[in-house]
Amino acid sequence: MSVTILFLGPLRDLAGEAEREVAAPLDWDGLLGAVGTDIAAQLEDERVNVACKGKVLADKRALMAEDGDEVALLPPVSGG
Amino acid sequence: MARLVLSAPLDVRLLDKGMSVGEALAAFNAAHGEAGGVVSFLGKVRPDGGVRALELTFYAPLTLPGMEELAQTAINRFVLEGALVWHRVGVMTPGEAIVLVATAARHRRSAFEAADFLMDHLKSAAWFWKRERRDDGWHWIEPRGEDHADLVRWK
Repeated sequence: MSVTILFLGPLRDLAGEAEREVAAPLDWDGLLGAVGTDIAAQLEDERVNVACKGKVLADKRALMAEDGDEVALLPPVSGG
Repeated sequence: MARLVLSAPLDVRLLDKGMSVGEALAAFNAAHGEAGGVVSFLGKVRPDGGVRALELTFYAPLTLPGMEELAQTAINRFVLEGALVWHRVGVMTPGEAIVLVATAARHRRSAFEAADFLMDHLKSAAWFWKRERRDDGWHWIEPRGEDHADLVRWK
């Protein structure tokens, strides 16, 4: 019974790992508690998006991830 | 070697190795014989600022689908015959190609504008994260304000 949290871009360095398994289910408060204070502070930034099951959440605070789901933390992009 | 075959009207790819630009553009031209004009843009790793290498990371469930949606939007908005959107991921060195965009349209203005539109959105609204390696190690690249300003032009 677990959820996989993926750390994208610079959040990977902050987390010290690319992904982390946490207990399911996982809501917004659970996510903030699972990632540590540095990343929790980043998540409060409106420019940081959260995807669940490969879809960006319109309201990340409504996160409700279940067993087997992948939750990706998406910092501001810098492509091209 | 097998001849490069593109899908039409859209050919959108993430590439983890170098791209053959001449071959891609020749195939794109051949795939859109009815177009009156083809415009292409090639983005490369700039060799300035002591940059030794550049790495682009992505998120598979979002990055390619997002690029496909963007290309479809461009086709509809600018009435294109076709669009090619190829983006490198992984580690690149200065001088290497990062992105290739090509647009085919009946008239040149649509093709120019669509290529510009695609590039502005790839720079600031596509799911990529970039970091550069300089002499003192890797540095993540922050989004630039001017990229955001470029995007606002199309609202």
